[in-house]
Amino acid sequence: MTSAAAEGVAKTTATPSAPRGRKSVTGTRRTVAALFLLPALVLLGALVVYPIGYSIVRSLYDSSGDHFAGFDNYKALFTDDGIRTALKNNIIWVVFAPAVATALGLVFAVLTERVRWGTAFKLVVFMPMAISMLAAGIIFRLVYDQDPGKGVANAVWVGIHDTFAQSSAFPKAHPGRNSPLRADHGGFLTTSPVHTGQSVALPLVGVAPDQMPHSAKKAVQATSEPGKITGTTWQDFTRGKGVGRLGAVDPSELGYSGMRIEAVKDGKVVATAKAADDGTFTLPAKADGALLRLPAGNFKEPYNGVDWLGPSLVTPAIIGAYVWMWAGFAMVLIAAGLAGVPRELLEAARVDGANEWQVFRRVTVPLLAPVLAVVAVTLMINVLKIFDLVFIIAPGSSQDDANVLALELYRKGFSEGRPGVASAIAVFLLLLVIPVMLFNMRRLRREVRR
Amino acid sequence: MAAAVAAGALALSLAACGGSGNDKKSGDGHSSGASGGPGGAAVTLPKLDGTTLEVAAVWTGGEQKNFKQVLAEFTKRTGAKVTFVPAQDPIINFLGSKIAGGQPPDVALLPQPGAIKQAVDKKWAKPLGPEAQAQLAKNYSQGWQDIGKVDGKQYGAYYKAANKSLIWYNAKVFENAGAAEPKTWQDLLSTAQKVYDSGVTPFSVGGADGWTLTDWFENIYLSQAGPDKYDQLAQHKIKWTDPSVKQALTTLAQIWSKKDYIAGGPNGALQTEFPVSVTQTFTGGDQPKAGMVFEGDFAQVNIGETKAKVGTDAKVFPFPAVGSTAPVVSGGDAAVILKDSKAAQALVTFLASSDAATIQAKLGGYLSPNKNVPNSAYPNEVQRKIAQALIASGDNFRFDMSDQAPQAFGGTPGKGEWKDLQDFLKNPSDVAGTQAKLEKDAAAAYGNGS
Repeated sequence: MTSAAAEGVAKTTATPSAPRGRKSVTGTRRTVAALFLLPALVLLGALVVYPIGYSIVRSLYDSSGDHFAGFDNYKALFTDDGIRTALKNNIIWVVFAPAVATALGLVFAVLTERVRWGTAFKLVVFMPMAISMLAAGIIFRLVYDQDPGKGVANAVWVGIHDTFAQSSAFPKAHPGRNSPLRADHGGFLTTSPVHTGQSVALPLVGVAPDQMPHSAKKAVQATSEPGKITGTTWQDFTRGKGVGRLGAVDPSELGYSGMRIEAVKDGKVVATAKAADDGTFTLPAKADGALLRLPAGNFKEPYNGVDWLGPSLVTPAIIGAYVWMWAGFAMVLIAAGLAGVPRELLEAARVDGANEWQVFRRVTVPLLAPVLAVVAVTLMINVLKIFDLVFIIAPGSSQDDANVLALELYRKGFSEGRPGVASAIAVFLLLLVIPVMLFNMRRLRREVRR
Repeated sequence: MAAAVAAGALALSLAACGGSGNDKKSGDGHSSGASGGPGGAAVTLPKLDGTTLEVAAVWTGGEQKNFKQVLAEFTKRTGAKVTFVPAQDPIINFLGSKIAGGQPPDVALLPQPGAIKQAVDKKWAKPLGPEAQAQLAKNYSQGWQDIGKVDGKQYGAYYKAANKSLIWYNAKVFENAGAAEPKTWQDLLSTAQKVYDSGVTPFSVGGADGWTLTDWFENIYLSQAGPDKYDQLAQHKIKWTDPSVKQALTTLAQIWSKKDYIAGGPNGALQTEFPVSVTQTFTGGDQPKAGMVFEGDFAQVNIGETKAKVGTDAKVFPFPAVGSTAPVVSGGDAAVILKDSKAAQALVTFLASSDAATIQAKLGGYLSPNKNVPNSAYPNEVQRKIAQALIASGDNFRFDMSDQAPQAFGGTPGKGEWKDLQDFLKNPSDVAGTQAKLEKDAAAAYGNGS
C-alpha cells in the first residue's frame, strides 16, 4: 500500500515538469491541462492521499474512534512487547532478506551468463515469482513441517543425520509399576546388585508389538546356572491385557532381542552381554555383585529433525522462503544490467592478467553497483511491508516470535479491535518507507539526467 | 461484488467436496425426517411473502450447507427469501465494517457472549420480541436464556451449542492397552499410563491453536474450583495469581509435564494444529500418533476425514471430574437481530423453536441447547450421548471462559491467554511465572475495554 502511494507521488512530481516548459502558452491550455490531470488527481486523492490522511487522523484517536487520544497510540507503539518484537524482526528482515536475495541473484546472473542452458536455468530460478505469496507460504509451511514424513527440510536433515547416527530399537521403553529398574542417565539401572546363580528379570514396558524388532521371539524365563548370571529382558505387557503377571514372563510377551546389558561395578563396566531373540542373556562370574544397566544407547529416540518453525528459527526460515521467491527477481534485473556492461572492460582486465575472481570482484561488481543498489532498495521496500508469508508460515504458537509490523498492524486492527494503534503502526511504516523511497527517486532522477 | 460471488462459489464448492462424508449421514437423516418433519409444527410463523432477509454466520462447509436447509424450511413456511452471508472471524469486526457501510445483515449468529455484549454496547443489537422470548422460555433452560441476556434484556437466542468437555479416544488403542473410560482425573492419569505402557503416546494436543489449550485449562478449573470461581475468573474479578489458578495449572502439569505423554513432545504439539491433532489420533492402525485427543463435539468433523468411524473406532467419554463433579464447558452461537423487522423476529423465533433445531440435528455435526429437541433426532449414538450430557448439566454448564474474555486476551493467535498457555506447555514447571504473565495480559486486556 505504502509503496504504491509513494509511486503515485513519484508520478505526480514527474508529470508537471513537462508542461512547465511551455509557460508562454495561454490560460486555456492550462485549463485543458488541468482537465486532463483531473481524473488522475481524483483517483490519487481518493485512493492514496485520503487513506493516508485518514490513517494519520485515526491514529490520534482511541480505539472506539470517539475520543481524541493525542499520542497515546504512538506511546503504545513503543511500549507494547508485541510491537517491539515486530520492530526487531523487521530490522532483521530489512538487513538480511534483500542482502541475501541480491547476493544470490548476482551469483546466478553471473554464472548463467556462462552456461549453455543459461536461459533455461534463469527460467527455473524465476519461476517462483509466478506463484502468489499465499501459495508460496502454504508450500513452505509444508516444507518446514516438523514430521520428517511430510516436511522436505526435515526429511533431508534427518536423512543426513541417520546416515551417521542410527536410532535404537526401543525408544519409548520404560520401567512399569514396581519395577526393579530405575532411570539412570537415559538408561536404566537395577536397584540391587545381582549374584551368580541368579536368574534376573529386567522387565520394561512401552514398546508397541508392531515396533519390536522382527527377530524378537516369545520371552523365556532364563534358567539359573551356577557360576553365571542369567536373566531375561522383555516387554512385560500383553496386548489387550495389560501387564499380566507383574515382573514375570507371560505366554505371549516378547523378548527384547538385541538389547545390550552392562554389568557395572563402582561405575566401571565389568562385563557386557546382548539379549538373545527370546530376551535371555548370560553374564560371566566376574559380574557377581554388580548392578545391571541397560545403557542409554538402547533407548535413543529417533532423531526428529530441526524445529524449523519453533521460536528461534522461524524468522530465518521464513526469510529463506522469501529468498526462494525473490532471488529470481534480483537475478533477472541484474542479468539485464550485466548485459549492458561493456565486454571490452572485462576482456581488458583478463588481458592484464586478472583471474576470474578478480574480474568479478574488481570490474563486474563495481560496474553493476547502481543496478545492485536499485535491486536491494526495491527489495527493502518490499520487505518492510512483508505480511503474507509470515502470516501463513508461522504456526500460531510462534506467530508472536515471527511477528513483523505489517502483521501486528493486522492483528491490532482486525482481531484485537484497536484500530487506533493499527493506524499508528501504518503511519510508522510509512515513515520507515519514506527515506528508502526518496533514495530510490533521487537515483531514478539521476539516471534520467544521465 | 465479483469477489463476493467468487468467494461464495468457493465456499459452495468447499461444502460440496468437504461434505461427502456428511452426505451419507444426512441421507439416512432425511428418510426419517420426511416422515416426522413437517407434520406437527411446534411454532407458528407469520406469512412474509416478498420480504428478504440476510443472515450472517462464520460457518463453512457442511455446517453451512446444513444451516441453509433450515433456512429453506423457513422460506417454505413463510415465503420470505433468506440469503446466507458468509462472515469471517472475529465476526464482530466483520459486522462492524458491514454496519459502517450501512448494510448490516438482518440477523447474525454471534459465537460469544462477549460479542453479544459488544453488539449491545454499540447499539447494533435489537431486543427480541415476545414470540421469540416465548420460544426461549419454552425450549431453553434458564442458564441458556441468561447468557443471551444483556442487562436483563433478551438479545440473543442460542441456536447452536458446543460441548467442549469431551475426550475422544481410539477404541483400538484402549483395547490393546486394556484401558477403560476414566471417570475421575486420577483414573485418567492411570489410563494414560496404561496407554503409554502399551507403546502408544496417550495424548494428542493441538497446541499450535491456543484455544485448545485454554479449553484444557477451563475444564480443569471449572471442575476443581467450581462454577462460582469460574465466573469470577471469567470476569477478572479474581486475579490469575489466585491460588485456585495455581492448583489448576499444577493439575494440568501432571499431564503436560510428561513429554512422553504428548504426541511429538511439547515442541511437536506446539506445531500441531487442531485438525491434525484429531486426525493423527485416528490414523495409523494399531500405532496412531496418540490414543486420546481432548476437544469438543466438533472434533467429529475432523474424525470424518479419517477412515475411523465415530462410535466404533472413535469413541468419546466426558471430561473426567477433577473436583467433585465433572465439568461441562460449552460454546455456542446465538442469533441476534441487527435490523429489527417482523421478518427478522420471525426468523429468530423459528431458530429458537425445536423445529429448526431438529432439522439440523438430523443432519449431524450439530448440537442444540434446545431441551425439546428429541434425543432420537441425533443421527448416531455418540451425538446422542454428547447431547444428553449437555442437556443433563442443566444450568451447571459454563460458557467457554476465553470466549467471554476480551478478544485481545482470549481470542488472538500468539497473544494473551493463548500464548501464555503455549509457553506453559513448553515449560510446565513454571506455574508462578505463567500465572504472572496471564495476570499481566489479562489486566491489560480487561483494562482498555476493547
